[in-house]
Amino acid sequence: MATSRTANRLGDVTEQTALGDLYLRSLLTEQLRLALRVIGVLVLTLGLVPLLFHLAPGLADRRLLGLPLPWLALGVLVYPFLLFLGWRYVRRAERNERVFADLVGGHADED
Amino acid sequence: MDAAAVPGLVAVVLVSLVTLAIGTWGLRFSRTTSDFFVASRTVRPRLNASAIGGEYLSAASFLGIAGLLLIGGADMLWYPVGWTAGYLVLLVLVAAPLRRSGAYTLPDFAEARLGSRTVRAACSLLVVGVGWLYLLPQFEGAGITLRAAIGAPAWVGPVVVGAVVLANVTSGGMRSITFVQAFQYWLKLTALLIPAAVLLAVWWGDGRPSTGLGGGDWSVPVAGHAGDGGLGLYATYSLIIALFLGTMGLPHVVVRFYTNPDGRAARRTTVVVLGFLGLFYLLPPVYAALGRIYGDRIVESGRSDVLVLELPRVMLEGVGGDVLTGLVTAGAFAAFLSTSSGLAIAVAGVLTQDVTTRMVGDRGGVTAFRLAAVVAVVIPLVVALMVRNVGVAQSVGLAFAVAASTFCPLLVLGIWWRGLTDVGALAGLAAGGVGAGGAAVVTLAGYAPGGWAGALLGQPAAWSVPLAVVTMVAVSLLTAGRAPAHARRFLVRLHTPETMDAGRPST
Repeated sequence: MATSRTANRLGDVTEQTALGDLYLRSLLTEQLRLALRVIGVLVLTLGLVPLLFHLAPGLADRRLLGLPLPWLALGVLVYPFLLFLGWRYVRRAERNERVFADLVGGHADED
Repeated sequence: MDAAAVPGLVAVVLVSLVTLAIGTWGLRFSRTTSDFFVASRTVRPRLNASAIGGEYLSAASFLGIAGLLLIGGADMLWYPVGWTAGYLVLLVLVAAPLRRSGAYTLPDFAEARLGSRTVRAACSLLVVGVGWLYLLPQFEGAGITLRAAIGAPAWVGPVVVGAVVLANVTSGGMRSITFVQAFQYWLKLTALLIPAAVLLAVWWGDGRPSTGLGGGDWSVPVAGHAGDGGLGLYATYSLIIALFLGTMGLPHVVVRFYTNPDGRAARRTTVVVLGFLGLFYLLPPVYAALGRIYGDRIVESGRSDVLVLELPRVMLEGVGGDVLTGLVTAGAFAAFLSTSSGLAIAVAGVLTQDVTTRMVGDRGGVTAFRLAAVVAVVIPLVVALMVRNVGVAQSVGLAFAVAASTFCPLLVLGIWWRGLTDVGALAGLAAGGVGAGGAAVVTLAGYAPGGWAGALLGQPAAWSVPLAVVTMVAVSLLTAGRAPAHARRFLVRLHTPETMDAGRPST
């Protein structure tokens, strides 16, 4: 039955076997890569803002929708952006876990 | 006391009473020691996210930011942005694994991961230190608020906040506090949103005088006050690092994650928190912008830190101004109460496990917690009454820097890297703690040299975080033989869904 198979493969992951190592390493790498990708996006967007305005202070006087650019970007748009990044991360992280559960042969995360 | 003090007084009394009432109501659900610490881990994402928002949005968020924006301009926007983005970093790096670790507190996590009582003790010390560093400005802000709102002497605010927090925390613990804080998020949002909407309408009725938002330095999101060129850029980036990485290391934030039912819920809670924080932080810039137009006198008298409290009366006369003043005062007071409660719970939780349980023996889990809560509140309260003007924003910023330089590397490496050793963790905590903590103490003591020395001390994160990470990794590699044997089993538990039940002890 599926339950005993799950227990065996999970045993592989928990105990130190070559197969278990492989399973765990793949999940860890996948989740870490996902996390670093989100942080990378953060660095390449928000992280560059101070440098951008440091190099081109004139940008601060540009107006969009009646608001100066920095106030629009850092006062308003940044929040939906962060929420979107978080939402997308959760979907992908849960998918990685489902893939891992399938690989190990369990029936995790049914709901 | 004159008639102008009435709305503020009514607001403070009402918020205190409602807080105590909800705390008492929550008491009916609070039976066991587990309820006290982590609400028996049954808090659903929406309620938990409201509670996290309520707890996290402190005096610095409710009052501080608007004033900072008014004076400092767009570079102060990094505070609310960093406080929100910190949750995104927390979400992707630690949220679910932290919950799955099955530990109550940060020291619990460190001990379970590294199997070392010494690392545990170091973490306990740091939790209490960071917690108290963060409680100080809460008490201080309460004093400023009550003085502005009802003309009370400066000691009244801290004492009232301390008493209400203590009453709530000691009676109901985490479970009742969860309801209180969920309520206080919505109260704070309402208390900032409605006056902002009314004041914007007034502004519109005045014929929309120029927002004055543009103009010179005010819109450049790089610190200009620290000096031009590289210095300002350094200060801005250092602040960003402290805020983005420090959130995950704040004791009252971390303790909240143990109240989620499982790792999945912990993630989902965090996403809802991102939404709640973003919604709230849209509002302080509105007050700052209106303050640029109507608040000349507030700026001139050097009271920009109470801009949110005073702007309604400046723009609106009569009953309207009074009602709005009462509303913002209520929100500000709720901010002190909820953040202080969360910190008191976190510090008390650690003190209970490591200090007071030994004093009262095995029988009195709840008694030990109550005793610890009294210590956790009274000591910073006394310090706040003795020391004046630590500076709310500065003190909060330094607490983030210390958290980012100590708990952030410990959590991230502990969760993602098998090779972390107890000696490496201790060395890293010491390097980050002494570096950032030392800079914090020196700055709070009033030593503020100019130029680079001042920037490096006032915004330590940009050097203290890398220092802590490098130390932790290097010493771990040098002592690789000490990596705990159970490390891989522990990592399996952190990263696999609960439903698979891998290597999970049945707790």
